[in-house]
Amino acid sequence: MGKSSTQSQAPTPPPDTPQPAVPSSSSVQNRFEPEDDAPEPASKEELLPLYRQILAIRRMEEAAAKAYSQGKIGGFLHLIIGQEAVCVGAIGALRPEDYVVATYREHGHAYAKGVSSRAILAELHGKKTGAVKGLGGSMHIFDKQTNFLGGYGIVGGHVPIAAGAGFASKYRGDGRVTLCFFGEGSSTIGGFQEGIALAALWKLPVVFICENNLYSMGTPLYRSLAVEDVSMRALAHGMARDRFDGDDVIKVKRRIQIAVDRARETGEPTLVEVRTYRFRGHSMSDPGLYRTREEVDEWKRRDPLGIARRRLAEECGAGEDELRAVEDDVKQEIADAVRFAEESPAADQYLPYVTREA
Amino acid sequence: MPVISYREALNHAIREEMERDERVFLMGEEVGYYQGAYKVSQGLLQRFSERRVIDAPIAEMGFAGVGIGAAMVGLRPIIEFMTFNFSLVAIDQIVNNAAKIYQMSAGQFTIPMVFRGPGGPAVQVASQHSQALESFYSHVPGLKVAMPSTPYDAKGLLKSAVRDENPVIFIEGETLYNTTGEVPEDEYLVPLGQAEVKRQGQHVTLVAWSSMVPVCMAAAEKLAEDGIEAEVVDPRTLRPLDEATITASVQKTGRCVIVEVGWPMCGYGAEIAYRVQRECLDSLDAPIERVTSDDVPMPYAINLEREVIPQVGEVIAAVEKVLYLD
Repeated sequence: MGKSSTQSQAPTPPPDTPQPAVPSSSSVQNRFEPEDDAPEPASKEELLPLYRQILAIRRMEEAAAKAYSQGKIGGFLHLIIGQEAVCVGAIGALRPEDYVVATYREHGHAYAKGVSSRAILAELHGKKTGAVKGLGGSMHIFDKQTNFLGGYGIVGGHVPIAAGAGFASKYRGDGRVTLCFFGEGSSTIGGFQEGIALAALWKLPVVFICENNLYSMGTPLYRSLAVEDVSMRALAHGMARDRFDGDDVIKVKRRIQIAVDRARETGEPTLVEVRTYRFRGHSMSDPGLYRTREEVDEWKRRDPLGIARRRLAEECGAGEDELRAVEDDVKQEIADAVRFAEESPAADQYLPYVTREA
Repeated sequence: MPVISYREALNHAIREEMERDERVFLMGEEVGYYQGAYKVSQGLLQRFSERRVIDAPIAEMGFAGVGIGAAMVGLRPIIEFMTFNFSLVAIDQIVNNAAKIYQMSAGQFTIPMVFRGPGGPAVQVASQHSQALESFYSHVPGLKVAMPSTPYDAKGLLKSAVRDENPVIFIEGETLYNTTGEVPEDEYLVPLGQAEVKRQGQHVTLVAWSSMVPVCMAAAEKLAEDGIEAEVVDPRTLRPLDEATITASVQKTGRCVIVEVGWPMCGYGAEIAYRVQRECLDSLDAPIERVTSDDVPMPYAINLEREVIPQVGEVIAAVEKVLYLD
């Protein structure tokens, strides 16, 4: 898996970037040494659908970026390109009745949980047919039918909500597990700290997944965290933890499965840090000038999409025709979703959704 | 009819709703083994066990959010803030999540829950523990805000709040817990959004809620000695506001004094004043008056505190002003 043999160089900030007056702890670097463990075997039957999801999310995000640059999507647009294997692999370890809570970078998570590309793209276009009827936009996709409990725009504010869904599962004994996604930038804010503290104290069946992409917006890890390893925060709460690279979707799925099983069988939460990278800026308005071209290129060589395709071809015996067929299918799906989004009627109602009256 | 305290009325409401609906649970600091910092939850742990009466550590943002998440997937939490002062560290959860998830999800997820606890000035607990936050919460679409002034209203409103499909901010009067009143033994509800005329009168309308209702009732008794009959209207719920009961009263009396224990700037009374002038301009015989706390953080010393909080004398003075008797 992601065991690029490339000797990666520690990224240095671009030359015109002012250096921090006080260098942070020298133990914190803004890079991850790729793990070189052997890839977990996978069958074509398992990997092919995951590959399809990664590809669909990639194409959906690219379509969103295009529509944004054409002025068809407004507001903030945070793309997950480069990180897709994390949400796809993690959600791949769930049952349909399990819950997912995510951030404002959640199109991929929603898709992996079962929300259609039509509903997502129509939402981004502010249409009546969108996942939340044009009321939420890119950052607030919710879908009750698939137990997707939402995209949240206040960093860390959704972590206690995930603990709450876990609390309800424990209260009812319904055996469901909640996955909570967030970035490493969330790990400093109170909502995260209190959410994991309560989940650990009350033994709630929640898996907290830090998608560590090295940058909280434009601030690199070494200037935002005193301890680089976010999973270490589990130790303070006596919580199980795990930490691994997120480039290989099978690896993500296997490792998250362990935490999901722990939650389902013992009720114990886990804090997992998955190391990943976004290929684009924080949002569409961010050109990403705080990163070097070399650093981005290095990560692109570990592209989860390419890794999944290579494994399918080299290890799972998927033929080129078979892979092409999947790619054509995805192309059609996203083209249809774009057309649907563009042609759908504009959002038209906001008053009925303030309070619910009997 | 039995006479019980405001505190007992709240306790009975929670107990009855938890007996009626298994989805209802109580969570907060010291609600269980300690029996409630203000003893509102006395006996509930013994009755319902640790599963449904949950002692939370000091993490308001965390357990407010836990309540919201649990409400999203079908439970009906009652989250107790030891005092509403501490809700300020959970205000992101209340404003950005509880109030908005119904809208953000286009009606897919409701948040049927209650945030409750004492609010308003207490006695000599100084600035951080003595403030009225209802104007903050009443500002927010998606929330409901209830503030009972009597044991009867406390029980009936809390039961309605628990059954409501929306997040309800339920602010109890910290200085009202020991007050007593008649409360029926049979089940009843006080609907959210329904004001009540607490005292009939034809010369002036006093609008007040929570701890200012007893102050206005006392002022009305004194005024009656001089032949001035004040009508006291208690909105009981600030959001949604029963505007009609207030404006009907002012149309009858032609004069209006709004009494609140909060600060004057952007206080809730300003909203009532706006609505009254809009609906009752032709009936008003004098400009609307407001009586509020002084525009300062609450001082500790008892004499200074009394100066800051509206007293009976200030209400009487305001009434005399709108009657041109000053």
